[in-house]
Amino acid sequence: MTNNIYQFFFIYLYSIITIFLLAVIGDFVSISIFLSKNIFIYKNIFLYCFLYAVCFFAIRIIITNQVSNIFIFIISLILSYFFLINKEINAYQLVIIISVFIAFNLLLQKYFTAKNFSNFLFEVSFLKFLKTNSLIFFSFIIIFPFYLMFVSSLKSQMVLLQNPTDLSIPFFYSISDFFSSYIAVITQYNFLNFALNSTIVSFVTVFVSLFFSIPGAYAVARLRFVGRSKISSSILIIYMVPAIVLVIPLYVIFSQLGFRNSLFSLMIVYPATTIPVALYMLQGYFKGIPYELEESALIDGCSRVGVILRITLPLSVPAILSVSLYVFMIAWNEFLFAFMFLDNQEYFTIPRGLYTQLDDQEVPRQYLMAGSVMITVPVLLLFFLFERYLVGGLTAGSVKG
Amino acid sequence: MFNLNKESKLAYTMLIPTISIVFLIILFPIFGNFWLSFKEVKLGDLRAPQPIIKEKLKTKDIEPGDDILIEYRFKNSSQKKPIFNIEITDKISEFISPVEIAEGCSVNNNLLSCYFEEWKPKYNEKIIFKFKANDNFEIDNFNPKESKPRGVADADNILTNLKFSIKNFQKILQKNETIENIKVTFLYSLFATIGALLLGISAALLLEKNFLGKGFFRGLFLFPFVSPVIAVAFTWVYILDPFKGFLNNYLLNNEFISEPIFFLGLKKVDFFGFDFPFTLFIVILFESWRYFPLAFLFILARLQAIPKDLYEASDIDGATRIQQFFYITLPQLLGVISLLFILRFIWNFNKFEDIFLLTGGNAGTRTLTVQVYDEAFALSNMGTASSVAVLIFILLAIFVFIHQKIAPKDIEE
Repeated sequence: MTNNIYQFFFIYLYSIITIFLLAVIGDFVSISIFLSKNIFIYKNIFLYCFLYAVCFFAIRIIITNQVSNIFIFIISLILSYFFLINKEINAYQLVIIISVFIAFNLLLQKYFTAKNFSNFLFEVSFLKFLKTNSLIFFSFIIIFPFYLMFVSSLKSQMVLLQNPTDLSIPFFYSISDFFSSYIAVITQYNFLNFALNSTIVSFVTVFVSLFFSIPGAYAVARLRFVGRSKISSSILIIYMVPAIVLVIPLYVIFSQLGFRNSLFSLMIVYPATTIPVALYMLQGYFKGIPYELEESALIDGCSRVGVILRITLPLSVPAILSVSLYVFMIAWNEFLFAFMFLDNQEYFTIPRGLYTQLDDQEVPRQYLMAGSVMITVPVLLLFFLFERYLVGGLTAGSVKG
Repeated sequence: MFNLNKESKLAYTMLIPTISIVFLIILFPIFGNFWLSFKEVKLGDLRAPQPIIKEKLKTKDIEPGDDILIEYRFKNSSQKKPIFNIEITDKISEFISPVEIAEGCSVNNNLLSCYFEEWKPKYNEKIIFKFKANDNFEIDNFNPKESKPRGVADADNILTNLKFSIKNFQKILQKNETIENIKVTFLYSLFATIGALLLGISAALLLEKNFLGKGFFRGLFLFPFVSPVIAVAFTWVYILDPFKGFLNNYLLNNEFISEPIFFLGLKKVDFFGFDFPFTLFIVILFESWRYFPLAFLFILARLQAIPKDLYEASDIDGATRIQQFFYITLPQLLGVISLLFILRFIWNFNKFEDIFLLTGGNAGTRTLTVQVYDEAFALSNMGTASSVAVLIFILLAIFVFIHQKIAPKDIEE
């Protein structure tokens, strides 16, 4: 009996947290997207919690046949009823909440009935709740800003100002209204030009960076020469040199040489800053390729360069792909050098253009968000397409941030 | 087995392009930074003093045989420095011939060339050149502005001369702001690192076990890290906006607060009698949010490498989950956590964009990197900016040294 009461309070406590998060998430994901209202009000939390407790113990009584739970069940029922008649509750919410309750309870039952957990019932259930809630929490803190970015970019200025907390996607807009901010950003703010510049710079950076780092990485990974250990250990140190230390002298030098305000300046600097990490990632991969393959080719009379072209490179396509992606992302996302070096609008990359053209109190916020969506989407698309390679590359290369 | 000499030769040829570009764009600028930090260079000094020449037609309604007056204006672009050995060339029309031109000038094959020894600072003079219109003169084809006069000159360049001073460092160290900024930078780097690590550890523990949708969550958790900083920073600024932002409006609508909170503009908040740097805290939250995925990835990789029999053995001994975490998981993760800590600390220390885009360095969030930018472009002083950068570099060198001591020598393997 006492055990059950303890359980009740534990469950009750956890359920407050869970329901709070669930209600917020449920609101965002299912209801507000379609109904365009702010249904979730914090005052209802207690109601949700009681409902949760009711369902939980109802199911528990049914499954375990423990009559002692009936007492608690009745109390919660009365309290819930009390809350129900005082507050309005939306039918959609009720359906969602109850289905979530049931799912949660089934999950919980699994752990409560598992035999070997019986010693640490509270601990296990606590950890389980913590885990579920944390998953919800993490998903929420990550998705929410991106979702808001996306939703705001679709709204009209009036709707945004009237109700900034409205998170619904405006399905009822016509197509041209729906994408009006995007069209405005492209037509009024020269966005396609920025995108073109960014694309050119990023691709050139990838090619130059690979062109330099592949032979370098091969030399460090495979060839024996004096100073090899020095070079390989200095790669990462160079990688830690902050951009801000480089930017002032480079600004001065490039101003003197006259190619500061050009895409060319970025095409020199980006590869130079990404070569160390590309080299580091690639040499790690090259070392993993069995040396016997190369050795046998060498004995058969193939030259070193032939070995690299015929054996090493074909074998390291995944690594090269992940390095290219990674370098592409660095170049695409880079802000500082573009910000310092570029003055003319015609040379702006997307981050530079976003900063100057759209980050202005005069410019409606939905344009800024539309620009942000447009710079983010290519990166996230690439990321999702090649996630497998990228995750491997990120861990291998101990990525710069 | 193979010819070692040949091999090293090949290695050097393969490495030389890489080393030279890294040398040019990374090591040379570092040297340049030290060089600049000992020079009193202003933003305006970057443009070397030049001769400026403008021409203007003074005569109207020209007929063949008339005199034509063209005014040349010679100017030294610098207010402070003289220029030497000025050479000016200008193409003049074939329809006119010189009558009276300034000393030091001559006309040869329709090319006017002048030479002057020295122009003083602020030199600015108008000289009238007299030409005569030839018989074949056609007004329609005559346009003196058609070719622009060009001038070259030598000048003492402050960037390359050998005068040094330590005034930049004196200026920087005398500012109260600098000490404050160092403190902010340390606080920011330290707590942003801790925040990112804590979030990273919890995220990794969540995804340790295999379950349906694990891959999806792993991808999702990396979003903040792979997205462009400018997009996520602007989104945060928008969410936290005191008037138009989501958060303030949400809190106001629900009557949690009665007036909007300036999330990115509150330097100090009284917190039980203690000044709490509120905006710095928000920036640290942003930083933790943005960089926890990296810690998450590394820790997840390490977690999955922990031998499972350790857990099985402790299960038999009756250890609870929490005990397992503290006595097995955490000690196993300690290596990667300490490595991540120093790496993230260094990278946070170097961060410029994030703070710059969120607050612009206002409200008590000016780190040293933002100070470099402010010195260089708000105060137009490249010298002091470089000296702050040198300060960063020196502090960083210390951290890198520590990193070298802590980091496992995996490169040598």
